Amino acid sequence: MSGKGYDLGLIWAFLANKSEEILELTGQHIVVVIISVLIAAVMGVGAGILVWNKPTGRGFVIAVAGVILTIPSMAMLALMIPSLGLGWVPTVVALSLYSLLPIVRNTIVGLREVSPAVLESAAAMGMTPLKVMFAVQIPIAWPVILTGLRVATQLAVGIAAIAAYVAGPGMGTYIFKGLSMLGAKNALNFALTGTICVILIALVLDAFFILITRITTSRGLRD
Amino acid sequence: MIKTTSTSGVGITLENVSKSYNSSAPAAVDNFSMNINPGEFIMLVGPSGCGKTTTMKMINRIIEPTSGKIIIDGQDVLSLNPSFLRRNIGYVIQQIGLFPHMTIAENISVVPNLLGWSKDKTADRVEELLALVELDGGSFARRYPKELSGGQQQRVGVARALAADPPVMLMDEPFGATDPITREKLQLEFLRLQESMHKTIVFVTHDFDEALKLGDRIAVLSAGSQIVQFDTPANILSNPANEYVSSFIGQGAALKSLALIDVAQAKLLPASAATSSPHSVATFDNLRTALDRVVLAGGHPVAVLDEAERVVGAIGIEEISDALGADVRNLSPEKAV
Ligand SMILES: Nc1ncnc2c1ncn2[C@@H]1O[C@H](COP(=O)(O)OP(=O)(O)OP(=O)(O)O)[C@@H](O)[C@H]1O
Ligand SMILES: [Mg+2]
Repeated sequence: MSGKGYDLGLIWAFLANKSEEILELTGQHIVVVIISVLIAAVMGVGAGILVWNKPTGRGFVIAVAGVILTIPSMAMLALMIPSLGLGWVPTVVALSLYSLLPIVRNTIVGLREVSPAVLESAAAMGMTPLKVMFAVQIPIAWPVILTGLRVATQLAVGIAAIAAYVAGPGMGTYIFKGLSMLGAKNALNFALTGTICVILIALVLDAFFILITRITTSRGLRD
Repeated sequence: MIKTTSTSGVGITLENVSKSYNSSAPAAVDNFSMNINPGEFIMLVGPSGCGKTTTMKMINRIIEPTSGKIIIDGQDVLSLNPSFLRRNIGYVIQQIGLFPHMTIAENISVVPNLLGWSKDKTADRVEELLALVELDGGSFARRYPKELSGGQQQRVGVARALAADPPVMLMDEPFGATDPITREKLQLEFLRLQESMHKTIVFVTHDFDEALKLGDRIAVLSAGSQIVQFDTPANILSNPANEYVSSFIGQGAALKSLALIDVAQAKLLPASAATSSPHSVATFDNLRTALDRVVLAGGHPVAVLDEAERVVGAIGIEEISDALGADVRNLSPEKAV
C-alpha cells in the first residue's frame, strides 16, 4: 500500500482522530454477530435435534439452509427493507439466516456420529430419551457443534460488513463510506480501517472459539 | 471393601414372545417361551442371526415384542415405564458402549445418579465396584474410557451394569471382542462374582464352550429363536437332543464333560495306589485336569490332595472314566469321540 499520493503516516492521525467511533463500530460489529449467531444456534441446534435421525427431515432442513446461503447478501438485505426497514433488525435477521447452514449441518453430523452402542447403552441404563440427548448425545457431539458455530461466526463477521448497505451497525459503515468517497482525502483511510478491523474481529472471535472449545470439550473426547 | 451381600436374582418368564422386524420376513423370534428361576445363569447359544440378541433385548424392552408376555418378578414388563424398568436390569454388550466424555467413575455412577443416590453412597459404590472388577489403584476412576485397554473397558462395562445392584443382568457376548486369554480371565472373574451375587443372568453367546463354562442351563437355539434343547451343560453334553445340538458340541464331548465334574465326585483309589511321580491333583480340580496329570504321569494313577494338601487318595484312567459314566450314563462311545 504505497500508492501514489497516499501517505501511510497519515493513517495514524486518522486513527487517533476517530478512535472513539472505531471502537464503537467494532463493538457494534461484534455484538450484532454474537446476537445473530446465538439466534441461529438456537434455531440450528434445535432443528438438528429434531431431525438428525429422520432422513427426509434432515435432507429438507439442510437443503433449505443451503439455499439461503446461496442468496447474494446484497439481494437478501434489499429484500428485507420493505418489511423490516433499515438498521439492526434486517441485519440480525439476515446474519441469522446465513449462519444457519454450518450450525444445523454440524449439529446433524455430530449427533449422527455418536455410536449406536453408546446410545443403546444409555437407553438400556434407564435414561429417558431427553436425558440421552442432553447428557450423552449432545456432549459427545459438542466439539462438532462448536465447529459449526465457529464457522458460522466467521461467516457472519464477513457478511455483517455488508449490512451497512441497509444502514446496519458495524465496521461496514467505514468500508462503504470509503468506497463512496473514493478519491477524497480520507477514502482509503476509511476503507482500510474498516477492512482491517473486520479481519481483527474475525481473528479475535476465532481465538475465543478455540478457547471455548478447549474449556468445554471433555478430555475423553480430545485426541 | 468387597460387598458380601447383594440383591439376588428374581424369576423371569417369557410367554409366547414373538418379534417380527418386518411383515414380509419370517419372525426373528417366533413364539419363544422360557421360565428362568431366580438366580439362574442362562446361556442363549445359536448360530449368527438365529435371534439370540433380539430375544434378550426384549427383556428390557430395548426391542419391543410384537406379541407375547414377559414377566420379571411377577410384573409384566410391558406395563412398566421402560426407563424405570431398565434401571433395575444390568446391561452389558460386546461393543461395551462406555460414555467417552465421562470418566470411569462417572460412567459407573450413571444408574445410581438416575436413582437419586447420594454423592457419598455413589462414591463408595464406585470404589467398591472398581475393586470388585480388579481395577482399583492406578487412578482408573479418574481416567477416560479411551485411556483403558479393551479388557479393562469391558470390566468397567460389567461394573457399570452392576452399579445399582440390579437383580437381573442381560449380557450380549460381553467378552466376545477380547483376546482368548483375557476372555478366559474375564469369564472366570465373572463366574466368581456370580457365585456370591446370585443374579438372574441371561447371557448370549455363540461360543458353546463359553456356554458350558458359565451357564447353569443352556438354551440351544435355531433360526427364529426356536429352543432345540434347554438343559444343564452336563445333560446337553451327555444327551444332545439331535444332530443340530451335537454339531454345536463339536469334537470332544467327553473331555468337555470331564471339565464339568470335580475330582471330589469321583470314586478314588487308596492313596497307596498313586505312583511316585511328582504329579498330583486337588479335590477341587476338575476331571479334565486329573486326566491331564494322569497322562503326564505316564498313564498311572496320581495322588489326590485335599485343600490342606494332604493326600486323600489316588485317581487313574478308570476312575475318571467311571465318574464320567456315572454322571453321563448315556454317553455312547461314538459320541464320546
Ligand atoms: N433392527 C433390525 N431390523 C431388521 N431385522 C433385524 C434387525 N435386527 C435383527 N434383525 C434380523 O433378525 C434376525 C435375528 O437377529 P439377532 O440380532 O437377534 O441375531 P443373533 O442371534 O443375535 O445373531 P448374532 O450371533 O450374529 O449376533 C436376523 O435375521 C437379523 O437379520
Ligand atoms: Mg447378536
